[in-house]
Amino acid sequence: MIKFLLMVNKQGQTRLSKYYEQVDIEKRPSLETDVVKRCLSRKKEECSFVEYKDFKLVYRQYAALFIVVGISDTENELSIYELVHNFVEVLDKYFSRVVTQIMFNLDKVHIIIDEIIQNGHIVETNKNRILAPLLALDKMAEAH
Amino acid sequence: PVPSLHQGHLELIRTIRTARTQAEEREMIQKECAAIRSSFREEDNTYRCRNVAKLLYMHMLGYPAHFGQLECLKLIASQKFTDKRIGYLGAMLLLDERQDVHLLMTNCIKNDLNHSTQYVQGLALCTLGCMGSSEMCRDLAGEVEKLLKTSNSYLRKKAALCAVHVIRKVPELMEMFLPATKNLLSEKNHGVLHTSVVLLTEMCERSPDMLLHFRKLVPQLVRILKNLIMSGYSPEHDVSGISDPFLQVRILRLLRILGRSDDDSSEAMNDILAQVATNTETSKNVGNAILYETVLTIMDIKSESGLRVLAINILGRFLLNNDKNIRYVALTSLLKTVQTDHNAVQRHRSTIVDCLKDLDVSIKRRAMELSFALVNGNNIRGMMKELLYFLDSCDPEFKADCASGVFLAAEKYAPSKRWHIDTIMRVLTTAGSYVRDDSVPNLIQLITNSVEMHAYTVQRLYKALLDDISQQPLVQVSSWCIGEYGDLLVSGQCEEEEPIQVTEDEVLDVLEGLLVSNLSTPVTRGYSLTAIMKLSTRFSSVNRIKKVVSIYGSSIDVELQQRAVEYNALFKKYDHMRPALLERMPIMEKTASNGPTEIVQTNGETEPSVPDTKHPPLVTQPANQVTARSHDISVFTIDGSFFVTDDVFKNGLKIEFTFERANPNPNIAVITIHATNTTEDDMTEFVFQAAVPKTFQLQLLSPSSNIVPALNHGSVTQVIRVLNPQKQQLRMRVKLTYTHKGSPVQDLAEVNNFPPQSWQ
Repeated sequence: MIKFLLMVNKQGQTRLSKYYEQVDIEKRPSLETDVVKRCLSRKKEECSFVEYKDFKLVYRQYAALFIVVGISDTENELSIYELVHNFVEVLDKYFSRVVTQIMFNLDKVHIIIDEIIQNGHIVETNKNRILAPLLALDKMAEAH
Repeated sequence: PVPSLHQGHLELIRTIRTARTQAEEREMIQKECAAIRSSFREEDNTYRCRNVAKLLYMHMLGYPAHFGQLECLKLIASQKFTDKRIGYLGAMLLLDERQDVHLLMTNCIKNDLNHSTQYVQGLALCTLGCMGSSEMCRDLAGEVEKLLKTSNSYLRKKAALCAVHVIRKVPELMEMFLPATKNLLSEKNHGVLHTSVVLLTEMCERSPDMLLHFRKLVPQLVRILKNLIMSGYSPEHDVSGISDPFLQVRILRLLRILGRSDDDSSEAMNDILAQVATNTETSKNVGNAILYETVLTIMDIKSESGLRVLAINILGRFLLNNDKNIRYVALTSLLKTVQTDHNAVQRHRSTIVDCLKDLDVSIKRRAMELSFALVNGNNIRGMMKELLYFLDSCDPEFKADCASGVFLAAEKYAPSKRWHIDTIMRVLTTAGSYVRDDSVPNLIQLITNSVEMHAYTVQRLYKALLDDISQQPLVQVSSWCIGEYGDLLVSGQCEEEEPIQVTEDEVLDVLEGLLVSNLSTPVTRGYSLTAIMKLSTRFSSVNRIKKVVSIYGSSIDVELQQRAVEYNALFKKYDHMRPALLERMPIMEKTASNGPTEIVQTNGETEPSVPDTKHPPLVTQPANQVTARSHDISVFTIDGSFFVTDDVFKNGLKIEFTFERANPNPNIAVITIHATNTTEDDMTEFVFQAAVPKTFQLQLLSPSSNIVPALNHGSVTQVIRVLNPQKQQLRMRVKLTYTHKGSPVQDLAEVNNFPPQSWQ
């Protein structure tokens, strides 16, 4: 299963975090700092999977943004690697210029993620279906 | 610009981003928070949503936002979807199970699960599924079960995952979801299919009865998978030309669980696995993700050998892939299968060895572990060349493990004694400061027993000392050898290579140099002083040796002082005993009994893993074999009534036995174990158990604790009392269990050679 998902900038600051396994709120910042440090310090030649404590990290970089996913030992790393890309493509479809737009619309990114992953498992991968609730929400907001 | 209460949250973000310093930002945030607080106090409905949204943004920046928790609840209770959306998001970000506020959501969620708008129901399912406490799950399980049977696929897929969460939190409720699973797999909607497979997987993993029950789904799963592969292009689920790879992966995983340890199910899925393995497009990562899952499934179920070879060959091809991620998963999988499918993995040996040169640290480590697992009598020379080369150039974090691996492999498969000694020399000179502490006594034993190589060994070690005295294990082994075989050294008896010309004085210069050098540790000094003393019966320059020994009689180092004083006494009062005491060490017998020898360093894990291969494997060991070993006990010091035995190293865990006889009852031996841990992680839930033969009685007192702290920061001690009225040779079977790095570890050992003084 997926334990958490982080979107982090190049300076290592968490811009978005989603936890699917119980982690005490006070413990989250230090976990995030540690995880992010591990991923950001990796060299180009190193693979995208990091062994961390008793689980694994999958990370991908998109321009100035890092997406880090913590997964359990039994999860398929290559599959999660694909999932991250799928997620970014959905963001791309909704926002035209992803990185700056995200900062102003973090709540929407959360909504998108909730349509893709729920309690640590994939719930939908079809891009149109993922975006449907958000588009409906946008329509409702416009109407007001 | 000053943030205003009524500005939208986008304006706030823009404003905050104009801050040029941290202090400026903090000031803006504080002002805004104050404004938001007063707005909350005024129970202002209009702006609540927007204010919580701002609060969440500020929370993301790292500022405290807990005062907004209750507001989130109010938003959740609102009728407006936009309010609920932010409310639930806020709850997920600001609350966790431990807050009482969290329970207040239960009623809202219950209502929202029955809402007329599916998106609201979806929100409730999502929130419950992600953060519902056990009480909430108990209360709302019925609602979830209802939604699991709906025809609305949007809700059904979310309900399935919500059910997974409920089952995790309240396992007793699993039964109630069983009826709803009946026709889940007949769904056409892929979202529902996917989450259904996840739900079924969860149920099968939790309950053997469920597993049995769901085995009958295998044919249906096989059919679904087949359709995915055979169907043409489907725009809805296409990823790089493959139809819904995520669903394929999940189905393969469920098949794995269903086929495990069941011949019939395994056979039923044999064809589809072969089909997926051969037909999946490998040019993109997606295809490889499916192949990877397929390989894992093939290896875990009861597949026929042809299929297993197919799987291993896929991994072999992965090793040649340019993509380092693929190489990484290949090595990980090969490591898991190297015990059970040894011959098939051997075929890819050269590719694996090439991975030693990879730039990625985790790839290198796996390649190293695999390489050691593949060493056998036929390939030892070639493999050792590669591994020694690796040892030379690898990062320090690998050196200790690599050195140990080399010693082990050399001991098992050395083609000749000379080769063996040369290999050891190579390790000591290139990675000498990284070898484990137990290597020194082990090597000494090895050298002692290689009688015909004594002259060659001492000569090579002496020359090594001339070059470098900084690596302590090398220095210690060398000192010991010079002490033992110094006579061979000066008499130039070496046959294997050109004998060197060296005088007694030169040898003593070197050993005395060790005594005074800053680089020598106290242990090393002890070794050199003893070596010098031994040479008094092998060399003629006894006077020089007497002088050295008497000087150290007043050394500040207590250990050195004691030795020197005792040696002085040997010269003065017990000179007639000196030759006998210092004569050549006899060949040391290793315990011949059941199982591998003591030097085997099993890592005791429940998964079959590296250095434990006794090759060829005549007895196939089950996947979670735990090795029982016999241990030699040698007495290091005899001091009054205390006897210290050999230490048993397992995976960084060290167990020391000490004995006491200082009690009134001569039939009782009091043994204390001391457990210490050299690794970087604590060993928790540590339990030491012991069993003795029928004629003995054993009493285990409470241990000092059950955590063995990392990096030797403390120890666990436990007292064992053994009643031995028949005065028989004490034997003990020891079982250790603990948790290390999150995984359970179990290790068994048989201790047979307790020194007689401990039980007589």
